Amino acid sequence: MNDVLDVILRLVAVLVAFLVLPLVVGQTEHKVMAHMQGRLGPMYAGGFHGWAQLVADGVKFAQKEDVVPADADRKIFQLAPAVALLPYLLVLIVIPIGPNGFVGQAIDAGLFFVLAVMGVGVLGSLMAGWASANKFSLLGGLRTAAQLMAYELPMLLAAASVAMAAGTLSLPGIVQAYQWWWTPWQIIGAFIFFTAGLAELQRPPFDMPVADSEIIFGAYTEYTGLRFALFLLAEYAGIVVLCALTTVLFLGGWHGPGPDSIGWVWTLLKTAVLAFLVIWLRVTYPRLREDQLMKFAWTVLIPLSLLQIALTGVVKVVIQ
Amino acid sequence: MAIPGSGLAKGLAVTLRTMTRRSVTAQYPDAQPDLPPRSRGVIALFEENCTVCMLCARECPDWCIYIDSHKETVPAAVPGGRDRSRNVLDRFAIDFSLCMYCGICIEVCPFDALFWSPEFEYAETDILELTHERDKLRDWMWTVPAPPALDPGAEEPKEIAAARKSAEKQAAAAAAAAAAAQGPDPEPAPEQPEGDA
Repeated sequence: MNDVLDVILRLVAVLVAFLVLPLVVGQTEHKVMAHMQGRLGPMYAGGFHGWAQLVADGVKFAQKEDVVPADADRKIFQLAPAVALLPYLLVLIVIPIGPNGFVGQAIDAGLFFVLAVMGVGVLGSLMAGWASANKFSLLGGLRTAAQLMAYELPMLLAAASVAMAAGTLSLPGIVQAYQWWWTPWQIIGAFIFFTAGLAELQRPPFDMPVADSEIIFGAYTEYTGLRFALFLLAEYAGIVVLCALTTVLFLGGWHGPGPDSIGWVWTLLKTAVLAFLVIWLRVTYPRLREDQLMKFAWTVLIPLSLLQIALTGVVKVVIQ
Repeated sequence: MAIPGSGLAKGLAVTLRTMTRRSVTAQYPDAQPDLPPRSRGVIALFEENCTVCMLCARECPDWCIYIDSHKETVPAAVPGGRDRSRNVLDRFAIDFSLCMYCGICIEVCPFDALFWSPEFEYAETDILELTHERDKLRDWMWTVPAPPALDPGAEEPKEIAAARKSAEKQAAAAAAAAAAAQGPDPEPAPEQPEGDA
């Protein structure tokens, strides 16, 4: 009975985090982007500096008609937002927040699980693009697929480097083994992992799959109402997951000054700083061209990640 | 040769610096805008000055000024004089759905009856309600700001110069008369010049 209660409590906590953190990131993006552009951003919803803007947006989305195009592949079209969103919920379960089992569910091959499931999320965009029966959606879906192919590889290699360094695939195990000098040692890997993650989330400057000036909104062109909102939520949940993973793998998770009991604060703080960085990059840089995107992945990131793996291996052998 | 990537860092610095500065957004409905002098908000009518000369209506490029008037006869002021006729304004309306805010009517008015007012909050839900009649135009006259001050050292306006000259003349004459009445003047004062402007 106690076990059941424990599981339920953990799942509820993860679900709450999954519903709240993306909204916090989204609201932060509204405000940070506005101030970086010399604006104020939302000021009315909720009274105090527009804090409830995303709630109001959600209400608006819920009121809209749910349109499925006549030629669309109905089932696939309606299923796609769930496929895009749910993997991030699953990933959030295994990300450790603090020491001593402060995690939804620790998995021995956690890193493997996380990377495999995150790859599924991109499938949602692909399904949406194909099922919409719209040329822009199809182009967006294919760009998504190409981007997934190009960026999954360096992301895996960078993560593999960390697994080599820690000698374990378990996420709490990796954080446990972390030493402060890992960050300079794995700095290339961290850069590659973060950049590739941005590309996989289709965040600017890697947002060619939804490039609105070229292909309207890519795979999401035909979506309205709640299903569209789910795709947007998936993007922000993806930011949370990516930032939390980068924190866990490269920045030492809960390690930081102070006792272990406030370790979760450090994890959340590092995640928040990375999320700010994601927003900052979006505001600062223009979108790359599709061919530049591919060139960057294959000629820069993959060689760099191989270099990182070699470096990790050499250092690992030397210190043993 | 710059360090590779220095441009990217510069871009990040620009956005971060902008974030720390005050934003430039004007929160209009909550805070009134700080309009510059001579803002072209709406055209106000000072109908006491209007002589129904129709110059404004004729010069208006899109014919948005409507004027109706009739003539009245004013009986002669002195016996044996001639009766005068004068124009009386019946209707003065500006259709702000047609007006293009060129200000030609204000420029052309020889009697200073039209003015720019900075008032701009007169949106309507029906285009017909944008035709504003003389009472509304007269009300807007209260929102017309005082003309901007002259530059230091500028020549004073003709009207003021003329008025001041005549006032000075009168004052001098009054002073001379007072001196003549009081002082031990052996000769009687000559004819008093009346200050006439």
